[in-house]
Amino acid sequence: MRVVGPPLRQVLGETLSELAGRDTRIVVLDGDVGSSTGGAAVETAHPGRYLQAGIAEQNMVAMAAGLATVGFVPFVTTFACFAVARALDSIRVLVAQPGLPVTIVGGYAGLLTGMTGKTHQIFNDVAVMRSLARMTVVAPADQIEARQAVERLAALDGPAYIQITREPSPAIFDEDYHFELGRAVVLRDGDDLVLVSTGVQTTRVVEAAELLAARGVSAAVLHCPTVKPIDEDALVEAALGVGLVVTVEEQSVLGGLGGAVAEVLADKAPVPVKRLGIQDCYGESGPNEALLEKYRLSAARVADDVERVFSTIRTRKGPAAARSRG
Amino acid sequence: MSEGAEEGELRALACDARETVVRAVATARGGHLGGPLSAVDALVVLYFRVLRIRPEEPTWPERDRFVLSKGHSSVALYAVMALRGYFPLEEVMTFDAIDSRLQGHPDMTMLPGLDMSTGSLGLGFSAAVGIALGASLRGSSFTTFVMVGDGECNEGTVWEGAHVARRYRLDNLVAVVDENGLQQFGWRDPATGRRARPYEAAELADRWRAFGWRVLEVDGHDLRALTAVLRESRARTGAPTVVVAHTVKGKGVSFMEDDFSWHSRVPTADELACALEEIDVARRALERAR
Ligand SMILES: Cc1ncc(C[n+]2csc(CCOP(=O)(O)OP(=O)(O)O)c2C)c(N)n1
Repeated sequence: MRVVGPPLRQVLGETLSELAGRDTRIVVLDGDVGSSTGGAAVETAHPGRYLQAGIAEQNMVAMAAGLATVGFVPFVTTFACFAVARALDSIRVLVAQPGLPVTIVGGYAGLLTGMTGKTHQIFNDVAVMRSLARMTVVAPADQIEARQAVERLAALDGPAYIQITREPSPAIFDEDYHFELGRAVVLRDGDDLVLVSTGVQTTRVVEAAELLAARGVSAAVLHCPTVKPIDEDALVEAALGVGLVVTVEEQSVLGGLGGAVAEVLADKAPVPVKRLGIQDCYGESGPNEALLEKYRLSAARVADDVERVFSTIRTRKGPAAARSRG
Repeated sequence: MSEGAEEGELRALACDARETVVRAVATARGGHLGGPLSAVDALVVLYFRVLRIRPEEPTWPERDRFVLSKGHSSVALYAVMALRGYFPLEEVMTFDAIDSRLQGHPDMTMLPGLDMSTGSLGLGFSAAVGIALGASLRGSSFTTFVMVGDGECNEGTVWEGAHVARRYRLDNLVAVVDENGLQQFGWRDPATGRRARPYEAAELADRWRAFGWRVLEVDGHDLRALTAVLRESRARTGAPTVVVAHTVKGKGVSFMEDDFSWHSRVPTADELACALEEIDVARRALERAR
């Protein structure tokens, strides 16, 4: 087990406060959830730059677009579900198409939303956001990466979406780590298959790879903090190296990281791709550990599922190869 | 039953509901408290005195509909539904647990008796407008009640729906605003440094009036007044009705009252004991008076 660090939402609040102190163009908009998303720290540090928009997400994102046209660099903070689902047309028409420098922060991203359940768990925010032209989509794995990603997006001259999670989570990078937008990171080498992951799920995937190693399966881990633009070269290289790719994400298996990876590899390096993640369903409320078990995202469940995929592919390869020889 | 005895019975039920709410949130280690506690009294009056429902037949087609648009207050609704006989009171302790029918936010696919799935603020209200419109198209005589928060009234959909409801003269629709003067975080009042009210004193009632709704105002913790006003609200007058209930967030547990930080906090063991003790004191005072 790795050391559990502060939740990424806390890092978000600290980083935005620092950024707002350095750069007077930065404003933070809140949809009445600053006490949850970490945004509230900015109200304390720079009250004049903290813009409360109330519980009205569509209007909030539209206002951010307006602010961007008069020289501000807005960060819109609310829960991922409401940012993406309630404000999608504002994002599409006013932020993405005009290419304005607005960063949408999807707080409480993924499955673990503080016992709130199906309305607050959105599993296709990455899929939806990455399908918008001009949008950059980022999902950091830990505190160090989250801080650097937020800083990087503040300097990006265009629209972006970043997932930020609620719960304390392990640190996997050290201070020397350098986040580069659009660049994937090899976290572990392996010969049998490559696990491709994003966001905080990567911390569980790294642990799953350790469990797999103990069971004799050698899994590489490729972490994609930027889902769009995805690091095609890194994917192709990793895929050709081992010949089996398993994507794992705290998102629906439809259209998210798994979709992005399958699209790239179908075009450039066709190898078997198996997508793990949340099946085509809605969420529910419950304690974190129970949810991670039920939706098969804990390190142990990921290891089980990867092992099953690996042995199926191996046995399938066996007879097929035998037939072609015969 | 005399009016006094009726009111005493409702107050006892409200104590039971508050106790259940606090226990359920402490057991789950999740959920909300401030909003559920401000809503309890209106929910008790609705479910025990106003709504035409059959708890033993929750999908009875002619039932009055109730939509909890401020879905984060689900635990209060579950407590009151259990007291009314929809399911055993003990089941409320499964609130928020994995596989429970009593989801963090109401899920109509899990629990019979819920007329809409809610939790994304502002949407349940619009769904209720649709239900009322459907009832009038079908010639059904039931009334649709929907409860919204004052913070929830920030959402544009509330006012989009309010406009359409007036257009169609939906006098079979009653909105109850739980005006407890706080939202989750809201605006900071620069003068005091405290969280500001979502709307100033008469602002919210005036807005509904401007949208052409019949507006009734009531002390949302006066069970006798609530009974009279909510009964009156179902009168068919040619316009939709809103009952603006002036309430206190966290009502019934002194240290949770009017404090935004209790919006969704889980009490410690000590805080739980204090809260239960306060509710029990209120209940015993009632029993002595009866
Ligand atoms: C669309 C949407 N945005 C944000 C939230 C998060 N949220 C839950 S409760 C709440 C505050 C609600 O305030 P109010 O309606 O006044 O409820 P009450 O004070 O009665 O709890 C917020 C912002 C949500 N559930 N839905």
